[in-house]
Amino acid sequence: MISFLSPFLSANAELVITVVKIVLLLFIVLTVNAYLTWFERKVVAHMQTRWGPHRVGPHGLLQPLADGVKFLFKEDPTPAGVDKFVYYLAPLLALALALTSIALIPFGPEPIRLFGHDIYLGIAPPDLNMGILALFAITALGVYGVALAGWSSNSKYPLLGGLRSSAQMISYELAMTMSVVGVLLMAGSFNLKRIIEAQAHPHHPELGILGWNVWPQFLGFFCFFVAAVAETNRVPFDLPEAESELVAGFHTEYASFKFAMFFIAEYTSMITVSCLCSILFFGGWLSPFPASWTFTHYLPSVILIPFGLWVIWDGIRYETVFGRIILPGLGTAIAGLGAVFVLLPNVNEFIQGPFWLLSKIFVFLFVYVWTRGTLPRFRYDQLMAFGWKLLLPLSILNVIVTSFVILAKMQWWGAK
Amino acid sequence: MTPPLAVFFVLAGIGAVSLILQKHPIHSALSLIVVMIALAGLYLLLGAEFVAAVQIIVYGGAIMVLFVFVIMLLNAGVEEHTSISKMAGAPGLLLVVALAGFVAATIAKSTESVQATPQTGQIASTIGISNMLFKDFVYPFELTSFLILVAVLGATVLAQREKS
Repeated sequence: MISFLSPFLSANAELVITVVKIVLLLFIVLTVNAYLTWFERKVVAHMQTRWGPHRVGPHGLLQPLADGVKFLFKEDPTPAGVDKFVYYLAPLLALALALTSIALIPFGPEPIRLFGHDIYLGIAPPDLNMGILALFAITALGVYGVALAGWSSNSKYPLLGGLRSSAQMISYELAMTMSVVGVLLMAGSFNLKRIIEAQAHPHHPELGILGWNVWPQFLGFFCFFVAAVAETNRVPFDLPEAESELVAGFHTEYASFKFAMFFIAEYTSMITVSCLCSILFFGGWLSPFPASWTFTHYLPSVILIPFGLWVIWDGIRYETVFGRIILPGLGTAIAGLGAVFVLLPNVNEFIQGPFWLLSKIFVFLFVYVWTRGTLPRFRYDQLMAFGWKLLLPLSILNVIVTSFVILAKMQWWGAK
Repeated sequence: MTPPLAVFFVLAGIGAVSLILQKHPIHSALSLIVVMIALAGLYLLLGAEFVAAVQIIVYGGAIMVLFVFVIMLLNAGVEEHTSISKMAGAPGLLLVVALAGFVAATIAKSTESVQATPQTGQIASTIGISNMLFKDFVYPFELTSFLILVAVLGATVLAQREKS
């Protein structure tokens, strides 16, 4: 079997690798999405002094699985009078665009060498020159999923939700694009890998966290993050699905898995935005410590091993038998992973980049949930005024100041 | 013409025909989006990455979203197609044939420039485009932006409510 396949594999190695990477990334992203819902419910619950999901599985860990099964088996009625083609197209479009944008994110600096091929983490080739442009192109199309869903449902609340979301996304996309221009000017490239490398400052390797774009581009970061939260229709910008006014907004008439597709699309775009924030402003996979502090390379293990041990300790005292089996097993796996990183220096070296990128993504996802637990929703006119009268002028100001500083550096200090 | 180019070429054609034949404004708008994206695909395959991305961002995204937004806002319904009048039909057909012939003749006559060959190097890159816009053609460019500014001001004046 293998020998029969090997000529095909060697002839189409690139294709096979890409397909395998797509399947793997899809699996990872969907799993992360599922557990993001669990994480969100848990964190918001604890902020409101509740327990959150805790019935299905230990600490409610199997809740996403139960939800997924529920989505698959629920009745899926199509309301009367809908525009069938557009009604089915909208969730597909939303999900496809959200998942495509993840494919453009590079997740690590170094390729793995497997079977004689350099395999980069991330689907798009690392030398993709138009990385950030392509991402914005996909974001620009993202509004159709929501707008068309609202229109095609043949119902008043979804229509209002769709209209609101189109207006909101047009307004905030401008500010989002403008706020990134400062970063692009500093890096001199659209390539996401190049943007990260520019923050490493090859001549000053001891800068660490101080070299990241967030310090000179703080204004840009503020505008980008706020606009990106608005683009993903999350609290406090979730007017398209304001339940007190619009039932559930644009997806009111969608049930079962078509609703789940919108749901997955929303959470996937949260992940993409978190990736972009970390890459553009927080140094991507760069460590916040100076390059000479090699002992910080043990940080992943220092975090993973105690966390794993804590999960084991928590698990053996858990109320249900199932939990007493699952949690210690999970803890052993986590602690074991930490131990592997200590014992194999090569592996430890390799995971540094992805470790830092994933940590930053996690922090931004937490901020998303945090804002949801904290801030009330904007009123519609406040939303528009905020986008057009504050964010857009601020981001344009940021572009002007950044260009002048870069020009001054080139003129007077001869820096390049 | 390479197969990927042909795919986008055909896609653009199908989108354009569907744009005219669709009865509902939203379906027409969707067809137009298909055309825009297919054109972006053509630009991309011809080596103009920046233009392709801008095509999707500006035309596929911003402008078409506004179209869809307005159609949704006005709740435009299904349009009635009248049968084509003979007076308009005969000269129209003639004009279509003439235009197609003219385009085909131009493409056939040109040896290298108009043929679908990928442009590589400086001219297609962002640096090349900005050099052209802000060095070689800076005055026409600034004039165009002034024109757009006038249009924006005009739209603002028209949209303003009359003060009582």
